[in-house]
Amino acid sequence: MGSPGYEFAVGGGSKSAMPSVSGQDAQTIGEARTWAPQTVEDPRKADLELYRALKRIRSFEELTRSLFQRGEVFGSVHLCIGQEAVSVGVCTAIEPPDLVAATYRGHGHALALGVDPAGLLAEMMGKTTGTCGGRAGSMNVIDLRHRLIGCFGIVGGSIAAATGAALALRRKGGVAVAFFGDGAMNQGYSYECLNLAKVQSLPVVYVCENNQYGEFTPYQAVTAGSILGRPASLDIPARQVDGNDVWAVRSAAVEALEAARKGDGPQFIEAMTYRFSDHGRGDPVRYRAPGEMEAWKARDPLLIARQWITRSHPESDTELFEIDAAVAAEIEEVRIAAAAAPPPDPAARIGEFSVPLDEGLR
Amino acid sequence: MIDFRTAIRDALDQELARDDQVVLFGEDVAFAGGVFQATAGLLERHGDRVFDTPISELALAGAAFGAAVAGMRPVVEIMFGDFMTLVMDSLVNQAAKYWSLSNGQRSVPMVVRTTVGAGGRFGAIHSQNPANWLMSVPGLKLVAPAFPKDAGGLLVSSIRDDDPVLFLEHKRLYSVKGERSIEPAPLGKASIVKEGGDLTLVSVMVGVHHGLAAAESLREEGIGVEVVDLRTLRPWDVDTVLASVDKTKRLVVVDEGPRTGGWPADVLATVAEADLSGIVTMRRVTAPDEPLPYSPPLEDAFLPNPTTIAEAVREALGAEARSAR
Repeated sequence: MGSPGYEFAVGGGSKSAMPSVSGQDAQTIGEARTWAPQTVEDPRKADLELYRALKRIRSFEELTRSLFQRGEVFGSVHLCIGQEAVSVGVCTAIEPPDLVAATYRGHGHALALGVDPAGLLAEMMGKTTGTCGGRAGSMNVIDLRHRLIGCFGIVGGSIAAATGAALALRRKGGVAVAFFGDGAMNQGYSYECLNLAKVQSLPVVYVCENNQYGEFTPYQAVTAGSILGRPASLDIPARQVDGNDVWAVRSAAVEALEAARKGDGPQFIEAMTYRFSDHGRGDPVRYRAPGEMEAWKARDPLLIARQWITRSHPESDTELFEIDAAVAAEIEEVRIAAAAAPPPDPAARIGEFSVPLDEGLR
Repeated sequence: MIDFRTAIRDALDQELARDDQVVLFGEDVAFAGGVFQATAGLLERHGDRVFDTPISELALAGAAFGAAVAGMRPVVEIMFGDFMTLVMDSLVNQAAKYWSLSNGQRSVPMVVRTTVGAGGRFGAIHSQNPANWLMSVPGLKLVAPAFPKDAGGLLVSSIRDDDPVLFLEHKRLYSVKGERSIEPAPLGKASIVKEGGDLTLVSVMVGVHHGLAAAESLREEGIGVEVVDLRTLRPWDVDTVLASVDKTKRLVVVDEGPRTGGWPADVLATVAEADLSGIVTMRRVTAPDEPLPYSPPLEDAFLPNPTTIAEAVREALGAEARSAR
């Protein structure tokens, strides 16, 4: 993939790396995602790559869970197990100039954008080699090289960030994408930003991952009307998709991105999915209705993907197992690399980001 | 000579013309020219880079943050500083932390301009200065000019700065006249607006003007007050204040905000920790710890003014004279 060709600074802790007004000295964002299906001509191989992307996120999240349980990942982590198809379906549909704002449940979004899994894991383990040098942790990862403008720890924060990014992209070309959960639909950000995006006709795609629960509370218990009714009331085109079917998500995303790109203004997708993992630390795990988990597990996004591939490309069985093995080996390498990385040196790194008096003025 | 609001408008005009990544938006800033008329005429000169928004402060601040991350230099106007409560998530949780959280990938070059301050009979919820709420937010810069030339020069620098800046415009200063300058002026540098040898008086915005008036009446009594205008509250210019206090040995800090948790306490604490020799007295002149009242006689009595500031200075010097006896 080529360089998107617009100015993004990716510096090393110094604002001298910020882009100048003319855009000189700025590095560009975006790196080739060798596994991305749009780079693969053969539709069968593209389908296999979508499966690989799902499997990588699942395996990464399972590793994260085990490291969290062993106390090697700290604080709180929010896993996206069960919701992988939303990340992969949308992120494989974006194009080089596009930007993505994700959530505190953002490992899947990050990996689907091509963020290095070893860096992401090292980040959660508080290591210097982390995506953000260990300054961000699980919930707040930023990786501009991979078009991830942030994972937002405030529910609805991603909606605001993407809306603002769309203001810039409207002039430069490109679409901003916001991932957020059903819970964010009840935040002020949601109403205010959707309205602003519509009146300004901003190129932004809002992707609501409806995983049925805001933390531990069923969304129906705290949400008046319907989620789709909200964008509809603002004349924002909105559609609901099966969020566990990566092809369904991808095709809705392609359509929405195309509409936003050609100037039709904001678009909204509600992807129906389910979180197989706990919300995070402190989850009482008593809120799910009997049989609900089992019903959703029968619709596991990885299972759906495997079944589809087996049915559409019966000759691919061996390759599916090869992908499983390759992903397992890759994730094991990721674990080893992150574990071996050195912890940061407080003496060198505390104070690195205090506000300087003499910088920032050009 | 120009007035303060024209200085603001000229600085915005210059930066909009200089850099097409600069955009200006807010409630009634474009067609109407701003409720305080600080943005009049900019729509006509810069077209769709100046635009009106819904009354949605959460969205405005979030959009400014996102646009800045994506390469723009947005200037957003928040009509009254009191509405900063709605802006604080984007500013405090997102913009101010971005440079650190991203490990230096990028900072967030956004400016929030907001009209602050009391004395206009606007009551408790249209008269506050949000500076004290935001003093303890690393990553944020806070600019508080007192004169047109500083308003112009510091606004230019704030727009060109790579960090998020909260730019405070005191509503009682918009019609104040002074020299014109829209040359970039350094953030974080105080200005000694009047020299004196007996006592250092530190303030910002309207407090500087009150301090100058108090200093003038005290001069007639033979008391020399040095008036320091911090101009930037975060980071504030420690060196200039310490040098002045080291000379005068006496400090009075004036602010119209409430006493508890205010920025003047930080100035006093910093001076105390500097272990300067021979410091005799340090005082604060602030508003009381209660919400601002509306009624004109109450509001007038509530706020520091040249008379109460001069009394505080005399009291500080008198206490010293008493303790010397």
